Amino acid sequence: MRLSIYRYNPDVDAQPYMQDYDIELEPTDRMLLDALVRLKSVDDTFAFRRSCREGVCGSDAMNINGKNGLACITKIADLKEPVVIRPLPGLPVIRDLIVDMSQFFKQYHSVTPYVVNDAPRPETERLQSPEDREELNGLYECILCACCSTSCPSFWWNPDKFVGPAGLLQAYRFIADTRDQATNERLDNLEDPYRLFRCHSIMNCVDVCPKGLNPTKAIGKIKDLLVKRTV
Amino acid sequence: MAITTRQFDAVVVGAGGSGLRAALQLAEANLRVAVLSKVFPTRSHTVAAQGGVSASLGNEEPDNWHWHMYDTVKGSDYLGDQDAIEFMCRKANEAVIELEHFGMPFDRLDNGKIYQRPFGGHTSNYGERAVKRACAAADRTGHAMLHTLYQRNVRAKTQFFVEWMALDLVRNQAGDVLGVVAMEMETGEVAILHAKATLLATGGAGRIYSASTNAFINTGDGLGMAARAGIPLEDMEFWQFHPTGVAGAGVLITEGVRGEGGFLLNKNGERFMERYAPTVKDLASRDVVARAMATEIKEGRGAGKDADHILLKLDHLGADVIDKRLPGIREIAKKFANVDPAKDPIPVVPTCHYQMGGIPTNMHGQVLAGHSGNAIVKGLYAAGECACVSVHGANRLGTNSLLDLLVFGKASGEQVVKDLRADAIAHQDLPKDAADRALARLARLDSAKSGESVHEVGAELRRTMQLHCGVFRFPDSLAEGVRKINEVAERAGRLYFKDKSKVFNTARVEALELENLVEVAVSTMVSAHARQESRGAHDRSDFPNRDDANWMKHTFWYKEGNRLEYRPVNLKPLTVESFEPKARVY
Repeated sequence: MRLSIYRYNPDVDAQPYMQDYDIELEPTDRMLLDALVRLKSVDDTFAFRRSCREGVCGSDAMNINGKNGLACITKIADLKEPVVIRPLPGLPVIRDLIVDMSQFFKQYHSVTPYVVNDAPRPETERLQSPEDREELNGLYECILCACCSTSCPSFWWNPDKFVGPAGLLQAYRFIADTRDQATNERLDNLEDPYRLFRCHSIMNCVDVCPKGLNPTKAIGKIKDLLVKRTV
Repeated sequence: MAITTRQFDAVVVGAGGSGLRAALQLAEANLRVAVLSKVFPTRSHTVAAQGGVSASLGNEEPDNWHWHMYDTVKGSDYLGDQDAIEFMCRKANEAVIELEHFGMPFDRLDNGKIYQRPFGGHTSNYGERAVKRACAAADRTGHAMLHTLYQRNVRAKTQFFVEWMALDLVRNQAGDVLGVVAMEMETGEVAILHAKATLLATGGAGRIYSASTNAFINTGDGLGMAARAGIPLEDMEFWQFHPTGVAGAGVLITEGVRGEGGFLLNKNGERFMERYAPTVKDLASRDVVARAMATEIKEGRGAGKDADHILLKLDHLGADVIDKRLPGIREIAKKFANVDPAKDPIPVVPTCHYQMGGIPTNMHGQVLAGHSGNAIVKGLYAAGECACVSVHGANRLGTNSLLDLLVFGKASGEQVVKDLRADAIAHQDLPKDAADRALARLARLDSAKSGESVHEVGAELRRTMQLHCGVFRFPDSLAEGVRKINEVAERAGRLYFKDKSKVFNTARVEALELENLVEVAVSTMVSAHARQESRGAHDRSDFPNRDDANWMKHTFWYKEGNRLEYRPVNLKPLTVESFEPKARVY
């Protein structure tokens, strides 16, 4: 298998460069992550993140042949060779495919990512109808891999001001939760020319989400709520 | 070498379910706490748990904690300590309700209460029939739980050290633990985190087997640290092989599939679990189901052209139920097995999944100093899969792991708070050699100019465990396994990698992880070789029966001298009558 991989180690390299590899695969190697792990066994200087290898932890997000995705659920057979692999776009590179995700998590943290409910805690669970619970589907499954936000031009230009698709999806996850009491504060927090309204519905986020989620739709719902609030 | 020292009240190593639950307790008590994690917290392996968390809420049918306790004791094949099991089962409802209040997106029943499904080994009325006890968020319960616990820690302003790897414990002359030596992965810098309390929550080490449902990060770092610091490891011969890992890929398919009505078939299309467990069939304990599957395959009734797997059928549930209750499974089956389970069965095999043993603790998370008596290691706590309380004994019930990490994560956090309040003292002085062991390990690795490949030694370790210490265990093979794993350990003393960089050196991290895996693998093989009976997940061809007269005891392995000692099982619960050992049928 032929791979062309972005390499950069600030300890030794003056500049980033693309390194070509030709590796022998085993029949059991099905996903791109299998190939990367095999490559690592040959060249231990190659650095990338990985953990669950089944698409739930969000560690191995990278840019694969120009599109963001998770290496562990990207089938080798579906990839055109040489497979060109780069770090997620727009974030500072620490080394090779490892990017500094501080900005991404800062935006996630900025949306008050927890249920706010100051009512006295009942002895049993807070009730929620199956229909109300269903509102959380397509939202709570986010794995914070950053494929979406780092494919979004608005996030590239304003990563410090625009919350980005992942953060906004989570903002709506708490708005949509009937147990949460802070909808107004959440909307206040987003009513800003940058934080929410830098989304121009380009929909790159939807295109790349490895979990099939739709941040654009969630963002639209937040915008609707803001409009409704002013009328 | 000058080394930075930072002081905290408490250090938590690991940010999975138990680490986060404990950290929450500490942060909310306004202690200065540092939580270290090799990965961003929501990437911890709790995220991969699927089917549910057990609690006898009785939301759909009658249930109570005593039935749950009975099931857990029986599931453990009577090796679990009954005081700890009672404690856990009694705390279950409170733990799950609390999590719901934290915002956990549980599925719901029409009346708005938490949805519950049946699970293996969970029954009503002491084994009469399967009961709905597993509280679920579709088949993403672990993901929902881990994110909820992380979110709650964001609220509590817990301080995280993300992508820091703990290397070794700091212990003084008196044997007290005073913190950890840890490495920041991004810079390679080493620091001493000096703490009055150190809580290990590093998860399991399922990566000692080639075929494993576990994440790459599950390398038993806490166990390695404990072993090197002279702390024994308990019941390491007991590893759970989950009945349904995707054949070839190892990826987990939840028992919730069978809870929702799926079942296993051999190549003849026979629902063979009816023969092995006539009452609850496919919902017997995992050790029982895994053994039945392995027997079918061994006797030539496996499916596929090599007759090497079993089929998990669920298409009869219909696409609607699958999409509602098991959406993640459909996704995994399509990706990793190339089948759509709404149409075709999923090829599965028993796959290493969970470590029942670990760092010995009492039910407050305090680490036991040795096999005899109740003396503890002052300043050290452990919770979750890295700990052995022991509530799972020789076999864990599905959904009891998520319960374990909630209950004992909280209990150990509470104990730390209590100990620090009672002991309102300054930090003890660090010994002069506090960081020596860790620094020596790093120095050896960084100065090595040749040696053994981390990749090859790791592969040999996993092959050895898989071949000599699997579902079925044979005396000669175990003896050979002990010889081979000691050889692997010896090779692991000469690891070499090319990368000498300080910046995010994952080669170095993998070498350090392998050193931890070695401690886990050696303790497992040696403990398994010595236990001359079959109990729970430990099945010996030469001793096919459980031997309560001689083996109703916990194994304690000590790294020094590769030595074994034993400790009797605690059969006495806190408030109720003991469940006396009896034959285990499902």
